[in-house]
Amino acid sequence: MLEIKDLHAAVDGKEILKGVNLTVNPGEVHAIMGPNGSGKSTLSYVLAGRDGYEVTGGRIIYEGEDLTDLDPEERAAKGIFLAFQYPVEIPGVPNSTFLNEAVNAVRRYRGEDELDKIQFVKMLRAKTKELNMSDEMLKRAVNVGFSGGEKKRNEVLQMAVLEPKLAILDETDSGLDIDALKIVSEGVNALRSPERSTLVITHYQRLLDYIVPDKVHVLAQGRIQKTGGKELALELEEKGYADFVGEEAA
Amino acid sequence: MSATAETVEQVHSISGEKYKYGFVTDIAADKAPKGLSEDIVRFISAKKGEPEWLLDWRLKAYRRWLEMPEPQWSKVQFPPIDYQQYHYYSAPKSDDDRPKSLDEVDPELLATYEKLGIPIKEQEVLAGVAVDYVFDSVSVATTFKKKLEEVGVIFCPISEALERCPDLVRKYLGTVVPVADNKHACLNSAVFTDGSFVYIPPGVRCPMELSTYFRINEMNTGQFERTLIVADKGSYVSYLEGCTAPMRDENQLHAAVVELVALDDAEIKYSTVQNWYPGDEDGKGGIYNFVTKRGACRGKNSKISWTQVETGSAITWKYPSCILQGDNSVGEFYSIAITNNAQQADTGTKMIHLGKNTTSRIISKGISAGKSDQTYRGLVKISPKAEGARNYTQCDSLLIGDKCGAHTVPYIESKNKNAIVEHEATTSTISEVQLFYLRQRGIPEEAAVALVVNGFCREVMQQLPMEFAVEAQKLVGISLEGSVG
Ligand SMILES: Nc1ncnc2c1ncn2[C@@H]1O[C@H](COP(=O)(O)OP(=O)(O)OP(=O)(O)O)[C@@H](O)[C@H]1O
Ligand SMILES: [Mg+2]
Repeated sequence: MLEIKDLHAAVDGKEILKGVNLTVNPGEVHAIMGPNGSGKSTLSYVLAGRDGYEVTGGRIIYEGEDLTDLDPEERAAKGIFLAFQYPVEIPGVPNSTFLNEAVNAVRRYRGEDELDKIQFVKMLRAKTKELNMSDEMLKRAVNVGFSGGEKKRNEVLQMAVLEPKLAILDETDSGLDIDALKIVSEGVNALRSPERSTLVITHYQRLLDYIVPDKVHVLAQGRIQKTGGKELALELEEKGYADFVGEEAA
Repeated sequence: MSATAETVEQVHSISGEKYKYGFVTDIAADKAPKGLSEDIVRFISAKKGEPEWLLDWRLKAYRRWLEMPEPQWSKVQFPPIDYQQYHYYSAPKSDDDRPKSLDEVDPELLATYEKLGIPIKEQEVLAGVAVDYVFDSVSVATTFKKKLEEVGVIFCPISEALERCPDLVRKYLGTVVPVADNKHACLNSAVFTDGSFVYIPPGVRCPMELSTYFRINEMNTGQFERTLIVADKGSYVSYLEGCTAPMRDENQLHAAVVELVALDDAEIKYSTVQNWYPGDEDGKGGIYNFVTKRGACRGKNSKISWTQVETGSAITWKYPSCILQGDNSVGEFYSIAITNNAQQADTGTKMIHLGKNTTSRIISKGISAGKSDQTYRGLVKISPKAEGARNYTQCDSLLIGDKCGAHTVPYIESKNKNAIVEHEATTSTISEVQLFYLRQRGIPEEAAVALVVNGFCREVMQQLPMEFAVEAQKLVGISLEGSVG
């Protein structure tokens, strides 16, 4: 599904990722943990193709294809979804309009028929119901005036609507109350299938009780420093990142 | 100034010369010869079989025009206009017999509309809109007349109104925009060829949106429409004006005048989507759009609401205004102006508060892209007698790229110390992270820009009638093509 080989990336000329290696097979869920500022969001932006996040070395292979020259919208159409750590406000654009545009843009790219208004609304209603979201949020402008938790839920709604093959969740659990955490996790688990993979970036092992990962990686100082199973998350919770940060800094 | 003086010279010499030989222009001609003179004014008036008073009115306007300077205060820049290079009258070939249905319309005209993507019949049937097409200054098709006649609404070309209800036309023509209001309006008064006339009788709510599609299509034909809408006591009308024009090479002068009169308790909603040819990337070949639009809220509790979406033309010079004369009258101005490439727009409104408890609301959304430049210019004037007057103004500018400009020039003249005048202004850009967010969801860059811009304009878009809003939203995308990437 995803193969990251010796990935180096820079922002504003500053190297943030310094040789990331990571392989995610279809159907797997991987968790990425790591201290603040270690490059987790940077990795997610690089995977999604954000302008200004320059790949200075290495390769990203997604479903056998090198992503380097693809625009963000092309990657999205090929099934890569990023739930933002800080969801963006789009004033004046109703959430439902935005989702409708996104779904149909992706369908167009894939050569599928666009959904008409009725089909779309039906699909959307079903998803909001699953996620226990109010329809009122669909009429409001994208993320404008949403609470922190509402923004995160909105990211999960978008994911549910777009049904990505590779979902990257960047701290989607931060700011969620317990009930929301369950709902969001259920949303993620509902998408779990042998063809789909998920990268979960989180600071809290609690999330991993709900979304049980196949692997846990520690990203620090721009590199994957350690890989393990679910138990690694528990270990980190106890000991913190001192081992990994100290090593490089010394 | 010197260019104007030169033109005046030229006009004097030409008109003087022709006058020696009397009335020389062939009245049967479908087109007036190039240029402007008293002779041409007489030709137009004769061609339309106008009453004496109107000819006098036109001639008075023409003489004032000769003396008037070009408006110099706006920010738009263009070479001096050579008024002698235009034809001031042209009619479609088959104008002796106005077609009673679309079947009688020249198939070539229909083909042109088709190319512009306007399926006439569909629009009429689906939208239930009465359409008064203006093609090269002369109306060629009017539909849905019957339905309107049943309730006594008059909606016809102004030339026809001169026959059907000359007293009404005479009573109101030029009472909102006086002949010598400004040079462009003055020119219009002298040479206007047609336009729409609307009269809504007392207490009548017009049963459908009234719509006129203006088209400019013939080489070198300046367009000088004149529209007059009168809403009698307690009546309501919504009027739509929309326009597109095909590619062409030479700058075209367009100087329309629109006058609205609302009597006691009457309401007029006037919506425009303007998409004339903006010229090429450097503005070459685009249309000069110098329009004078003004509404008079003459009666108490009357209301006039202007909504405009301006995306076309090389130069736009336009300030739809309201004179709030009646007590408790309301004026509104909702505007979206989009400029791209080398387009220039100087647009805004004037709200003149004369009556007691008059209120006005101004929402202006300006979007500049490319190397375009636009100015919002607004005047809120509150007279000493306008006790309890209120105004709210909000001007938002959105910049796309770093080569364009946006300026806000709000004038406030309040002579009543109890009046409340509020003004808010913002300037923003489309952020990189907004575009990235939308693109990450699969929306291509240009569509993402269009989406953000439509969101920015939403408040104004919502003022447009449904079918117009859909068209306008598409237009936003089209007009910003090539502005990013
Ligand atoms: N435009 C930029 N210019 C310079 N440094 C930057 C820029 N953007 C990000 N960085 C730096 O890159 C590093 C990695 O940032 P990133 O957001 O990827 O961290 P993170 O692991 O997601 O942290 P957190 O857990 O706090 O979300 C940080 O030190 C950050 O300050
Ligand atoms: Mg982060």
